[in-house]
Amino acid sequence: MAMNAGEIEALIKEGIPGAEVRIQDLRGDGDHYAAYIVSAAFEGKSRVQQHQMVYQALQGKMGDELHALAIQTATPEDN
Amino acid sequence: MENIVFDRIRKDIESNDVVLYMKGNAIFPQCGFSAAVVQILSQLGVPFKDINVLEDSDIRQGIKDFTQWPTIPQLYVKGEFIGGCDIVREMFETGELQDLMKDKNVPMHDAA
Repeated sequence: MAMNAGEIEALIKEGIPGAEVRIQDLRGDGDHYAAYIVSAAFEGKSRVQQHQMVYQALQGKMGDELHALAIQTATPEDN
Repeated sequence: MENIVFDRIRKDIESNDVVLYMKGNAIFPQCGFSAAVVQILSQLGVPFKDINVLEDSDIRQGIKDFTQWPTIPQLYVKGEFIGGCDIVREMFETGELQDLMKDKNVPMHDAA
């Protein structure tokens, strides 16, 4: 089942406190999203580790209810 | 059970320079994300071993547990997990992927 953008945003924010999260519904179908996440918690971590943190925040929903979520992560310094 | 699957994965990623776990194969990708990574590798002219997870449910689940990464495709270079579609695409656009291949001595055809 599809998730809505608000749920995705809430889960990520809960898992990565203080993160700035922007969700885009790519096709307007509630099934293909892009998430842009900025957090100081990403500092010093590899991209793989950063994305793993996001997946962890999504509590196993990625690849299950959430089938397409493009992830882009950044630290506040990158901005 | 898990150990047998992990052993197979280790053997594959250690005996091939570049391995892509994907849905479908390099000729007929069956998912847009897998297709995108195939296209990037082809553009770089990097030879790779494609492993179709749709043909092997043990590997399909096993590879996700192996890397604690919930999605397919997954790209490995010289035994190291590089990332999924988003990371590979980002690295390709910034030129980091090309640098990585060079650093790891993976042959690339000269890009046209």
